[in-house]
Amino acid sequence: MGNGTGIGRVRGLGSARHGAHHWLAQRYTAVGNLLLVLWLIFSLLSLPGLDYDSVVLWIANPLVAVPMMLMIVSIFWHLRLGMQVMLEDYVHDKGLAFFSMLLLNFYAFGGAAAGVFAIAKIAFTGVVE
Amino acid sequence: MARSNSRPLSPHLTIWKWGPAMAISILHRVTGNGLATVGALGLVWWLMAAATGPEAYATFMKCATSPFGYLVMIGITWAFFQHLFSGLRHFVLDMGAGYELNTNKSWSIAAMVASVLVTGLVWLYIFGKAF
Repeated sequence: MGNGTGIGRVRGLGSARHGAHHWLAQRYTAVGNLLLVLWLIFSLLSLPGLDYDSVVLWIANPLVAVPMMLMIVSIFWHLRLGMQVMLEDYVHDKGLAFFSMLLLNFYAFGGAAAGVFAIAKIAFTGVVE
Repeated sequence: MARSNSRPLSPHLTIWKWGPAMAISILHRVTGNGLATVGALGLVWWLMAAATGPEAYATFMKCATSPFGYLVMIGITWAFFQHLFSGLRHFVLDMGAGYELNTNKSWSIAAMVASVLVTGLVWLYIFGKAF
């Protein structure tokens, strides 16, 4: 039997019991995207207009800004996991694989930070004249 | 990955006869990566433009409502619904259901038809409201 650490469990039982984490996180964020992006689409379709003032006033509402931030996190988390699987399938050179994962992480975290920052700025400063 | 040339490759895309299950599988990957790049960048651009001010937002709207902009937005809408419906199909397959040949074929076709239909409905609504 294992001695309680991850490697101990691997030696004793054949699995550290973390193998499904990527797979599960892909599905949790898929459900998040399903709900939140559909909410975004229905909201955009029912807004009176998509001009600057209408959009900023709408996003500044806390009941919009918070789900919008959650949507950004869910989207970028999901795309990081999904693009990782694509890269693992197609990029075989070890050095290139490392470099492409580095770029993917920069893209996913950078994009999520930019999106959340933009929503926060709109929520805190509102319409800019 | 290093491969010995004396060993055969397993049959690949050029060997198998194409069917709906293969098509929806590769569509899931293509639409997913399209949304992850074009879709996600467009979304962040829209939010950043709105956060920056009226001029930046006007620049975004000018690009988005150009003929090419509409083409990209309609493409992203289709990619989203295609990925959504094939994603729902994956949830069903994850539960161990829907692997029978005819069932699998029917739901693959249904998901592809549904994504085109819903994309058409969304854009008919948008163009109907605008013009």
